Order: sequence, then C-alpha cells, then structure tokens
Amino acid sequence: MNKKSLLVLALAAAAIGAAQADTLKKIKDSGTVTMGVRESSGALSYTLGDGKYVGYHVEICQKVLADVQKQLGLAKLDVKYQPVTSQNRIPLVQNGTVDIECGSTTNNATRQKDVSFAVTTFVEEVRMVVKANSGITAVNQLAGRTVATTTGTTSVQTLRKHERATGVDFKEVFGKDHADSFLLLESGRADAFVMDGSLLAGLVSRSKNPADYKIVGDVFSVEPIGIMFRKDDPAFKKAVDDSIKAMIKSGDVAKLYDKWLLQPIPPSNTKVGLPMSDNLKAALANPNDKPAEDYAKK
Amino acid sequence: MATWDWQVFCKNTIDGEVIPSCFGSGGDITYLNWLMSAWGWTLSVSALALVVALAVGSLMGILRTTPNKWLVFIGDAWTETFRNIPLLVQIFLWYHVLPALIPPLRQVPSFILVVLALGFFTSARIAEQVRAGIQSLPKGQRYAGLAMGLTLPQTYRYVLLPVAFRIVIPPLTSESMNIIKNSSVAFAVSIAELTMYALQVSEETSRGIEIYLAVTGLYFISAFFVNRLALFIEHRVQVPGMLGAGR
Repeated sequence: MNKKSLLVLALAAAAIGAAQADTLKKIKDSGTVTMGVRESSGALSYTLGDGKYVGYHVEICQKVLADVQKQLGLAKLDVKYQPVTSQNRIPLVQNGTVDIECGSTTNNATRQKDVSFAVTTFVEEVRMVVKANSGITAVNQLAGRTVATTTGTTSVQTLRKHERATGVDFKEVFGKDHADSFLLLESGRADAFVMDGSLLAGLVSRSKNPADYKIVGDVFSVEPIGIMFRKDDPAFKKAVDDSIKAMIKSGDVAKLYDKWLLQPIPPSNTKVGLPMSDNLKAALANPNDKPAEDYAKK
Repeated sequence: MATWDWQVFCKNTIDGEVIPSCFGSGGDITYLNWLMSAWGWTLSVSALALVVALAVGSLMGILRTTPNKWLVFIGDAWTETFRNIPLLVQIFLWYHVLPALIPPLRQVPSFILVVLALGFFTSARIAEQVRAGIQSLPKGQRYAGLAMGLTLPQTYRYVLLPVAFRIVIPPLTSESMNIIKNSSVAFAVSIAELTMYALQVSEETSRGIEIYLAVTGLYFISAFFVNRLALFIEHRVQVPGMLGAGR
C-alpha cells in the first residue's frame, strides 16, 4: 500500500468519525442540507439537466426539509443536490456527504445494518411486460418461452428463484440496460421482460406504440422503497417520519403520487401510468419502515 | 481495510447458503460453478471468433496484395468497413438490426452472431497485418516465383505466404490476445460470459472486489496462455537466418 491510499483511508476514517454528529444540529449550524438524488430513477428521482432534480421522492423530501426548517426555526435553508448512484449512495450517506437520500433505495434488512429508512413511501413490485397480442397473462404460461431482464439487477435473482420455486422452465436473455431489455421484447427476441413495475410502466409509456404492450401477471417480488439517512439519529428520523406521516394524513402523498406516476411529467410530458398498488396503499394506511424481508413473508 | 470474503464463491446462487464443497450438486449452482461456466463462454466465444478472424482476415489480406484491382477492392472494402465501426455497435447491428432486415437471422443464436461480429471485426485488423507482411517482402520474390513458371496461387503458397506469415506472428499474437479481451462485449447480447458474471454477481452478493479480482485473474490467465502459445509457435516455425529469427 502506498502513501496516497493511506491518506485516503485516513480521510475516510475522519469522515466516518465526523458523521456521528447529530443531523439536525448539523443542519441548524450550517444552514445547509445535502439531498442525495438520482440522475435517472424513473419518476421517483431524475434530472431535467442543468442541475435540476425532480420526481416523486425528490418532492416528498423537499417538503420534509421545509418542515425540518420550520422545526429548527431557520430563516433560510440551503438545499444542495448531490447526484448519487446505486454503488455510492450508502457510503455517501454513512460518511456524511449526503444527509438525506431521495432516490429509489430498497429498504432491506442488510441495508438497515448500515443506514436508516423513513417510513415507506413507495412499494416497487417486480412484474413482467409482454406484447399485448401474445396472450400471456400469467407466469406459468412462460414455460419454454424466453424471458428478458437486465444484467446487474436483482430481478435476475428474483427470476431464478421464481423459476426454481415454481418449476416453470423458461429461457433467460439479459439486456445490457433497461432500454436494451425492452428492445429484446420489442424485436421478438424475448416474450416477456421482468423488471420493477415503475420502470416497466415508464418504458411502455415512452415506447413507439404503448398500446402494443401490457403489464401482466403475478408480482414476482415486493420491495419497499424508502428515503434513506444515517443510522442512530433518532431525532432526525422522528422529524422526517413525522413530516411524512403528516403528509400521508393530509393526502399530500397521494396527490404527489398522482402528479408523478399518473399525470404527464416533464421533460417529454408522457405518463408513467402506474396506479397505486395494494401493497403501497397498505403501507400508507399504516406507516412503517419494515424491510423487504417482512413483505416476502406474507 | 476491506475484509475478504472468498466464501462468496461457495454460495448457492438460489438462496445464498454456503455449500461446503463449493460446487453445487443436484441442481444447485454455486457462484464458483457459475464462474467456471462464464469462463467457458468467454473462451468459446474467443476461440471460435479467432478461427473466423484468422481465416477471413488472411483471405482478405491476401486479396489486397493481388494484381487484380477487383479483388483488391473487395479486400479494402471489407477491411475498412469492419475496422471503422466500433465493436459494440457492430454487435448490436448483428443482433438487433440485421435480423430486423433479414428474418431468417432471427433464428440464429446470439452466440453465433457474437462469434461472427467479433471474428469479422478482428479479421479486418488481421487483414491489415497480413497485407503489410506480404508487402514487406521484396518485389523480386514475387517476380522470381512467377518467372520460375509458378502460377500466382502457387507463388503465394510456396514463396510469399510462408515468409509473410512468419513475419506477422507477433502482431497476430496481439490480436489473438485482444480477441479474449474484446469478447467481454458479448455480455451486451446476453452471453453469460465473465463480464456479465462480474456485473450480475457483484449486484447479488455485494462482494464486487472479490468478484472482479477473480474475473480479472481469469482474463489474465486466458490472454497470457494465448501469448505463451503464440510464442511457442513462433519459435517452432522460425527459420535460421530469416527476419526475426536471431535468437
């Protein structure tokens, strides 16, 4: 190991040490807060370019931070947007670079060891999209067919487990990214494409002819998606949770859901068109921060 | 410092349980089984693409040195077409675009398409090297062959090619190693080779460092084996007193 990497390690260690501080105090003292956002996470969090970030979770977070500002009695709160990726979001929250992450992070038991989640505000259901004229309506019709999914996603694992559990034998093809996987379906190389429901709905709405595709079948797996922040900071968690619970009660969350997932959204003014799932309705009726594992048990 | 967890390779891909022998049985597949299978795909794609590349590349390279301008044109057109389009784009052309235009191609497995795409891409580079090898020979050799009453194909077969191929072994070695490295783009069309393995398994296990180290090692071993094999061939076929045979 050379001196440079030692230095990096030392800095990282210092950052982790500093991260133990109280988030509310940090926000009050500095008058700034850093929001982690995604460049492209469907309608939940995405960029319009030029440093602008929007989406369902981004807007919920903006309201939460407005409540935090009120609670702290700050005249002005400067919100900084920090783009994060699937790879770096957890380390950046842990080391204090990002105070609150508003992307599309699955709340599961492994991650709860490293970070904390607010009450669930979105539930992702892994489903499949098929050609509307294919006649496929259920997973058990996939025997002998070809199923596409995207390399580097948990859907591949879901599919494999499902195949094993149900004994339905299908061929798998893997797209390099979601657009490629959709192309596999479009060009007839695959009979179905299995992925997160919100991503599927978005891909269908942006396709050449949305009426050609249908999202069908059972739910392969259910994943609660939550707003993420540092662990062991009960005061901040309470502030965020209280704010979200108030929004759920007042119907603001339902309104935001309608705005981002059912109405036309920028930049292309197309609809995602994903009605609220029963799982999400249940989560909003009874706010909780249960990990994905608890959903699987049902 | 990062803690290593090499046990990750012994885990079952279905439920993540560690299997003591590290190799699954009775339908269970561990990440180690999968790694070996991915390596197999990488080697198969590379080896077959190399066969295609050497055969087509040599042919096109030879065509470009013939006196017939039409043959030269074919060779030049082939080389420039496949040399000037990025490999990833070529793979997508073969996989998505050509089958849309030529329906029978839809039945062709992606493995064959990738072998053709990678083989033809590399054949353009090999054609260039073979042409350079032949043109580096003194013109007198060709004339001498023809003057002795050999036909043009015979001149190539007995005079030009034996020397030219010996000269181009070192650049061909590079191309053969490149084909193994370039085969990583095959993941883009659903071949379960090492790069796809690395992307997928690091997502599933969150053990990216171990996975990438293993995959890097296998790529290195594969390419290095080709290098040693080519070196062995180079020594076996060298003719004393000829170019590059000083050792």
